[in-house]
Amino acid sequence: MGAFLRDPSVLVEWLRALLMSWGLSAGLTELVLYLLGGFALATGPMLWVIFLIWFERKAVARFQDRLGPNRVGKFGLLQPFADVLKLMTKEDIIPEGADKPLYWAAPILSVAGVLLLWPAIPLGLGIGGNLNVGVLYLIAAGTLGIFAILLAGWSSNNKYALLAAFRTVAQLVSYEVPMVLVLLLPVLLARSLNLQDIVQAQDVWFVVYVPLAALIFLIVSIAEVGRTPFDLLEAESEIIAGFHIEYSGMKFAMFFAGEFLHAFTIGILTAVFFLGGWRGPGADIYPVLGILYLWLKGFLVYFVVVWIRATHPRIRIDHMLNFSWKFLTPLALTLVTVGAVLDKVVVGWGVWPRALAHLASNVVVALVTLQLVRAWARRLPRPKVGEPRPVARPQPQTQPQPASGD
Amino acid sequence: MNGTQWAFIGVFFVLALLFPALPIVLGHFMGPRRPNPIKNDVYECGLKTYGTPWVPFKVQFYLFALVFLIFDVELVFLYPWAVAYGVLPMFAVFEGILFILMLAAALVYAWKREALDWYEPTMPEATD
Amino acid sequence: MVTTFLFGLIALIMVLAALVAVTNRNLVRATMGLVLVLFGNAVLFVLLEAYFLAMAQIIIYIGAIAILIVFAIMLTRHVGEDWGPAFHRAWPWALVIAGGLGGALLFWMVRWPGGQNTPAGQVDPNYVQALGQALVNPQGYVVPFEVASVLLLAALIGAIYVAWGGRRVKGPYPQRAEGGER
Repeated sequence: MGAFLRDPSVLVEWLRALLMSWGLSAGLTELVLYLLGGFALATGPMLWVIFLIWFERKAVARFQDRLGPNRVGKFGLLQPFADVLKLMTKEDIIPEGADKPLYWAAPILSVAGVLLLWPAIPLGLGIGGNLNVGVLYLIAAGTLGIFAILLAGWSSNNKYALLAAFRTVAQLVSYEVPMVLVLLLPVLLARSLNLQDIVQAQDVWFVVYVPLAALIFLIVSIAEVGRTPFDLLEAESEIIAGFHIEYSGMKFAMFFAGEFLHAFTIGILTAVFFLGGWRGPGADIYPVLGILYLWLKGFLVYFVVVWIRATHPRIRIDHMLNFSWKFLTPLALTLVTVGAVLDKVVVGWGVWPRALAHLASNVVVALVTLQLVRAWARRLPRPKVGEPRPVARPQPQTQPQPASGD
Repeated sequence: MNGTQWAFIGVFFVLALLFPALPIVLGHFMGPRRPNPIKNDVYECGLKTYGTPWVPFKVQFYLFALVFLIFDVELVFLYPWAVAYGVLPMFAVFEGILFILMLAAALVYAWKREALDWYEPTMPEATD
Repeated sequence: MVTTFLFGLIALIMVLAALVAVTNRNLVRATMGLVLVLFGNAVLFVLLEAYFLAMAQIIIYIGAIAILIVFAIMLTRHVGEDWGPAFHRAWPWALVIAGGLGGALLFWMVRWPGGQNTPAGQVDPNYVQALGQALVNPQGYVVPFEVASVLLLAALIGAIYVAWGGRRVKGPYPQRAEGGER
């Protein structure tokens, strides 16, 4: 037991020896080990989703001064299981004129796209992903989700679904630019694309180096998931449910599970890139502890995501696109440029001075940005509060013109 | 080391497809199946869908995808530069920054030509 | 052995997907066939241990270009209703030329002695760093690197000009209705 805590690979070695003793060939043994590992890695998140659904419903309910699920099981903990059973026994309706193969493929891809992020994530020292192109792998795996939405929208043979798919893809594509840009900074600071190296390099968490980048990454990730301030893809009041409008039963459930798991996964990714990943007291000696730390940090970020969801209204599509292209992207470009120039200067200064120099540069960038935004906001024409605003005017103007805003 | 990682990802890819596929297939067979023309109809608010769902879309979608494509290609070039950053001399860093400035120029051009603006005929003017 | 089998499998899938991409009358399905081909290509890169290239392939070709193609399809009118002839009437000639070229390429590839060479050894684990150094090295590829950025800038300018029609007025749609609130 103690050996396992110190070095989890003894478990793998033990399994390998066991399988070999059963007379399996070396290649087959490896395959079985991969399958077992893959099973563990896929089952963990998929089961965790069931808890996440309960947690999010409960948390959002509390934010809105409601009780949330509280009937099935203690604190309603069994509610998601009841939901799964219910959805499982629902009729699987395939709308007329749907493109069947693609209609089936979409929900599967939507979950697979999220699950595929997991093998790259370093779960602890020597556990989990150790890819030398890890960051690019994450970006590449994300494209699968875009296609899931595009396929769902297109194959449903529904105007709302197609419209939603298009909005969504425009949104995802727009927010991928600042995301990819901002991820350059952890890569630049760690000098590696390997996520394990990025975690190892965080003697001081990167959120101390580049808090603005961490903030941008979080915002952009929320947009990539399509969570509330950016949930135009399922704007109920406009396009009913968006791209999954025609889906029912288990297929619908898969879209839902994919979204919840994605929300948690971005928490984990934020932790890996900016909050030191699995690092924490004792995690170097007991790598299993690292999994716990990573989980806690990821959950904390996930809670923030839920918090934002419960607090903010949806923003309009033109504002959303402007926010990405005209605010986040230039800001991210500036941050990368500043970071690249600065790090050459401060690289020999030791850990904390280097971190603080980066922090100072971020503060300066933030202040300048705020000034620019303020100057821009001052130039905006604004209706004055308290003056009568004509909502709809009759065509031949009989009423005297109310005082205009400016 | 990397070979085994990728072999694992290959196996995991198959599993990642199977994991969501299984409940869907299961649900497909567990649920009742009583289709009728009305139930299978495409959802619409009270009416039958008018025409085909294939309505031509705004050109803006295309422009966003286009600008994104350019950015994507350039950013993939920048990643090796960021990895090599530690061993690069200062002028090489500035070459990368020149590259970033080109990217910024692209952004400024797209911005000034209003390729990044979203127009709705019925929308009050975007507040900028 | 496993690699050879995987190569065969992926090549088969790619050929089938390519056939879908070329022959399917439904443009979206044809695009999905194309995406599958590109994905298979990325997997082949992984088998060759060119991981960076594989990821770039997915990010650029599938993540950006395929989406651009889908958007372009959606912009056209009467998509999915194009039931004109899919084959040009000279298709036997095209087949002869394509088959001849393919056969010749195959012939030369089989005879090429370089195909028998064994790999030089393990791939350097730091090859991304080496690539990054080469990209900005004055003795390396710094000129193509910078020219690429200018080229992409030119491509963007050209594309926006073509899509926007060189218009300087604000927006293709009429602005807001008369007397709307500000």
